[in-house]
Amino acid sequence: MTTLLIGIFLLSLLVITAVAIVRSEDLFSAVMLSGIFSLLMALNFFLLDAADVALTEAAVGAGVATVLLLAGLKLTPPTEARGRSLRKLSVAVIAATTLLMIYASFGQPTLGDPNAPAQQHVAQWYIEKTPELIDIPNIVTAVLSSFRGYDTLGEVFVVLTAGIGVMFLLGGGRGKPFSRLDSRVEEGLSGHLIPKVMARLLIPFILLFALFIQFHGEYSPGGGFQAGAIFVAGIILYSLVRGEGLALSVIPPRVLLWMSAGGALLYGSVGLAGILMGGQFLEYSVLADNPVTGQHIGIIVIELGVGLTVTGVLLSIFHAFAARD
Amino acid sequence: MNEILDLIAGLLVVAGSVFVLAGGIGALRMPDFYTRIHGASLTDSLGPVLVLGGLMIYAGLSLIAVKLAAVMLFLLVTSPTATYALANAALLSGLRPEGVENTSTDPETPA
Repeated sequence: MTTLLIGIFLLSLLVITAVAIVRSEDLFSAVMLSGIFSLLMALNFFLLDAADVALTEAAVGAGVATVLLLAGLKLTPPTEARGRSLRKLSVAVIAATTLLMIYASFGQPTLGDPNAPAQQHVAQWYIEKTPELIDIPNIVTAVLSSFRGYDTLGEVFVVLTAGIGVMFLLGGGRGKPFSRLDSRVEEGLSGHLIPKVMARLLIPFILLFALFIQFHGEYSPGGGFQAGAIFVAGIILYSLVRGEGLALSVIPPRVLLWMSAGGALLYGSVGLAGILMGGQFLEYSVLADNPVTGQHIGIIVIELGVGLTVTGVLLSIFHAFAARD
Repeated sequence: MNEILDLIAGLLVVAGSVFVLAGGIGALRMPDFYTRIHGASLTDSLGPVLVLGGLMIYAGLSLIAVKLAAVMLFLLVTSPTATYALANAALLSGLRPEGVENTSTDPETPA
């Protein structure tokens, strides 16, 4: 009952936030509101016991995406462009879609219904077989990185492709991305003592927490995606407080590119190693004498690949936006 | 003994909620930006500290209490910093507090 009430409360807040985003003409407040939207969404996921998704939404949606959008705002005018005369048509389309979705929602199984198709299909098999085949407590990680390893490989390449696209659109000249930021002078908020001291205190813990999320993902919510986003958040905090130049000398652009591509490469080569050891592509069981140990090794290595790619790509995008004025 | 502890925990949580409510009202009703964030800062300093303190008493000596203490420490460090950065950014972008000699800008704000 309490869960239901909190759920209704959160969902109403979501609707209010969405309407506010649509109605606001100031892009800055729209970005901040979309951050709030992500945070509410993360709470909703957590309420549905999807801690892994909630962690991703909070780290990526509310954290890094908001910062990236704010950085992108520097390249656009601050207010929304006046609309063209398609207003009636768009309202009609939205109204029709909304009615269709409301109609479709009557055919949905109720929340938590054990007979729902999602519960009947493969979920049962995952829950039964994970302790036997992979033997890690977090089934989400088992599904994501072993049973559905192909999907995650695809996601990593999507992230990498997005990063490459942004670098082509915004990056600097050949071989020297972000050359404008090469000066190693302190800038940003470095004149302000309080943020500087606080950032210096917090950044080590943020990075440590990212590593914890990365390597503890088999036992608790987390994994490469979340860890990458949190790591990037730490570095972005550093560059906000001490200036982009110093942040770039901590992790130089070339290292970022190697991280982005190397992570995906690492993931792919684990798959190839499976073939070489006599199994199939992305079959981790053959990586060690004991199939379960093989699964553990495979999962740790591919999660590392995911984390490297996400960190490299997100940081590259941030620097690419910051390098344009 | 247990009932008394639960009672204290409940009282602390309620007290924290009252401060959060006061902060919310302040953020809505105060006259200008600086007094508003002064009100709002209550919702992320004193309010959560009381609520988390109550929850820590409720949890007893356990790992949960340690985690709550870490959350509390984190909030105590970050929230005032965020408020400082917010006020500082507003001041840098030229927003003057109400009642201070309005030499330039902002004809909107009545003195």
